Amino acid sequence: MSAASRPVSLDQQRAWAAAAAVLDPEVPAVTVEDLGILRSVELVDGIAVAEVTPTYSGCPAVLAIELAIEAALRDAGFDARIERVIAPPWTTDWITPQGREKLRAYGIAPPVKTSGKGALFADPVVACPQCGSEDTERVSEFGSTACKALWRCRSCAEPFDYFKCI
Amino acid sequence: MADREALLAAVLRVADDHLILGHRLSEWCGHAPMLEEDLALPNIALDLLGQARALYTYAGKVEGKGRDEDAFAYLRREREYHNLLMVERPNGDFAHTMLKQLYFSAFMQLWWDASCDSQDETIAGIAAKAVKESAYHVRHSAEWIIRLGDGTEESTARMGDAIMDLAPYTGEMFAADDVWARLSPATLPDPASLRADWTTRIAGIFAEATLEMPAEGATITGGRDGRHGEEMGFLLAQLQYMQRTYPGATW
Repeated sequence: MSAASRPVSLDQQRAWAAAAAVLDPEVPAVTVEDLGILRSVELVDGIAVAEVTPTYSGCPAVLAIELAIEAALRDAGFDARIERVIAPPWTTDWITPQGREKLRAYGIAPPVKTSGKGALFADPVVACPQCGSEDTERVSEFGSTACKALWRCRSCAEPFDYFKCI
Repeated sequence: MADREALLAAVLRVADDHLILGHRLSEWCGHAPMLEEDLALPNIALDLLGQARALYTYAGKVEGKGRDEDAFAYLRREREYHNLLMVERPNGDFAHTMLKQLYFSAFMQLWWDASCDSQDETIAGIAAKAVKESAYHVRHSAEWIIRLGDGTEESTARMGDAIMDLAPYTGEMFAADDVWARLSPATLPDPASLRADWTTRIAGIFAEATLEMPAEGATITGGRDGRHGEEMGFLLAQLQYMQRTYPGATW
């Protein structure tokens, strides 16, 4: 029987669930599953091997996330190993619909899917996560963390974080 | 030079560019002219450091002698760093720093873009992420160049000084040598092939900023061979202090 057609074991499902529930330390409203950075969890010779991909090259939370996933797997009773995977590269398109909703509810505008090299000087239309207005403006390309930009709503006058598209 | 040696040398060059420029940018932390820039510059420095780490880790694999990212970043001597002279230049004023950022990030955006199709899977993976990050870096610095160049008498004069200061250093980005010649463009793009596009790009931004492109003059080189300016020693003294004083320190 090939690996692809082998049914996923209960243990493997349990390992996935434990790892997938880990929260992002900088945006604790979303899990590593919501963000799409937990690639896979496989049981290899009794060890739970989790493949994790970094978001932005310079994200300082990468190590904290890897350690948290390892700890969650150990708490669930598995020997654990983390493997960092670079290719294919993570993009904000991998954030799940559920993750995007959680971001919005947390006050962070989710990425607008207009990533393209040509649109250099064109800002995306970003809806205010507070009042929903599209009358917003960019204050700074770089915000409180590597993944966010600082925006402001002209309708409700609230500043907000925008999860940058990459 | 064997192909593998050339690949190692080239990866280390690009990694060194990012480490050293990232360190220079981090010197702005707490000193930027406004709060948004105090957030922006260390953010960009973090991106550069992250790109450097990925490249150093890969260099360790290519070399196969067990060196990790820290060994490359902290435990080499000055002559073993092969960064461009431009990135080690002191920050100068804000106009000077922004122009250096524009020159370098516009160059890297083209280089990463061409690297996305590399047959080397690791390079393609690093590039696919970095090319989008560098687009943000270009936009950030270009907006400042336009604002300062087409700004007040003072800001225009300072942009002019920065253009004069950095003019001799841009040529080194595109200098051809044995390392680049040895590598297939299907693995890593040859920087010389990006010169025309880079010049067009910069000229467009300068036109919008009402700035004059500098005349072609002499180019200062040496960084790619490990020959640095005197500022490099001071930079490394600070960068390497912890690992040199407390070898193997962790926290």
